[in-house]
Amino acid sequence: MLEAVELQCERGHRRLFDRLSFRVDARQCLHIAGDNGAGKTSLLRILCGLLSPSSGEVRWHGRPIGRVRDEYGADLMYVGHLSGVKDDLTAAENLRVWAAMAALGAGAQDVAQALRVLAIERFAQWPAGQLSQGQKRRIGLARLALAGQARIWILDEPFNALDPRGVAILNQLIERHVNGGGAVVLTTHQAWEAPVPVVKLDLNAQAAP
Amino acid sequence: MIRALLAVVNRDLLLARRQRGDVVNVLLFFIIVITMFPLGVGPDKDTLRLIAPGIVWVAALLAAILSLGRLFALDYADGTLEQIMLSGQPLSLAVLGKITAHWLMTGAPITVLSAAAAIVFDMAPGPTATLVASLLLGTPSLSLVGAVGAALTLGLRGAGVLVTLLVLPLYVPVLIFGALAVDRSVGGLSAAPWLMVLGALSLGAAALAPWAIGAALRVSVE
Repeated sequence: MLEAVELQCERGHRRLFDRLSFRVDARQCLHIAGDNGAGKTSLLRILCGLLSPSSGEVRWHGRPIGRVRDEYGADLMYVGHLSGVKDDLTAAENLRVWAAMAALGAGAQDVAQALRVLAIERFAQWPAGQLSQGQKRRIGLARLALAGQARIWILDEPFNALDPRGVAILNQLIERHVNGGGAVVLTTHQAWEAPVPVVKLDLNAQAAP
Repeated sequence: MIRALLAVVNRDLLLARRQRGDVVNVLLFFIIVITMFPLGVGPDKDTLRLIAPGIVWVAALLAAILSLGRLFALDYADGTLEQIMLSGQPLSLAVLGKITAHWLMTGAPITVLSAAAAIVFDMAPGPTATLVASLLLGTPSLSLVGAVGAALTLGLRGAGVLVTLLVLPLYVPVLIFGALAVDRSVGGLSAAPWLMVLGALSLGAAALAPWAIGAALRVSVE
């Protein structure tokens, strides 16, 4: 599905990685590992199309993502460092508004269901600004439960700020997604007991001298 | 597609309802700038009536500039902008939605307030109607052109001042045609040609600006 071809990334004057090629297919989970500053977030942003690589390209079903941006966007779920959650809106409003902007056609029922999956339905009517970091994280992750049609999930440190129960819920979501024919690319610092077989990509080994 | 655009408009209006201060502050600024002029120029009715259209237009430009800083900055800071870019909907549509909401919260109320300002300055009914019409047709281009500047300076240090320096010169044509329209109306002539030019500027900006803004936002997010 997703293919990285000879990716090279430079930030400032530092080369983070060079000639990095790999592919992610359906039912696969790619775990990108590496030290701080190894370029994990940059790589994920390149895979999303938010950042352009210094050279090389990312292909979605064989076509460069820059050409099929809207199509790729509809198939993609990205959860980054920033939650994308508005403090002034309630948890339910945040999801509803996001679903409307992505033209998902999700109703109030679907939103309530997604909040239930993440076990934050009790806070559905609370302004997100009054919730804890972990709860906000869960609102962001509830998008995963809401966007059923997305084929590929790109998750940047999704376990940050989550409690053990939150980690278990996210693991379940990942397991269901991968077994349902989806693909996942993620980074994490924590010792992670993956619920599905994982392919590991170590960016430290890729670092150019 | 239209639904995605309306979703963005609705979202921004909902956010504005939660943070009413942001909208009200801009309108208060507009009113205060207008009231400064009689204090500075003196209370001579004829002078004030003469310069009223210019005052209202300049105040509208400044108010528009003031409100630009927050146009994309909040969405950029909390990651919503990234989500919009990856939503699978054309970015230029979302941008057009944001600008529509921006105009509804600044340009539209300013247009209404300008009628009150014209009465305060003792303008005749004809020129007052022209002033309101010129703002109605001209303020959309203020939002559109201003958004290009806001997108280009997104995430930069001192973005507020940069936006002002970047955008104010681009507002000059709108200001000139707006003032000309009212001038003709004061002289008893038809203001229609200049109003049409203002409308054309807005339509042209609506056609081109969203793409430029989309491209600028993609660069800024990198």
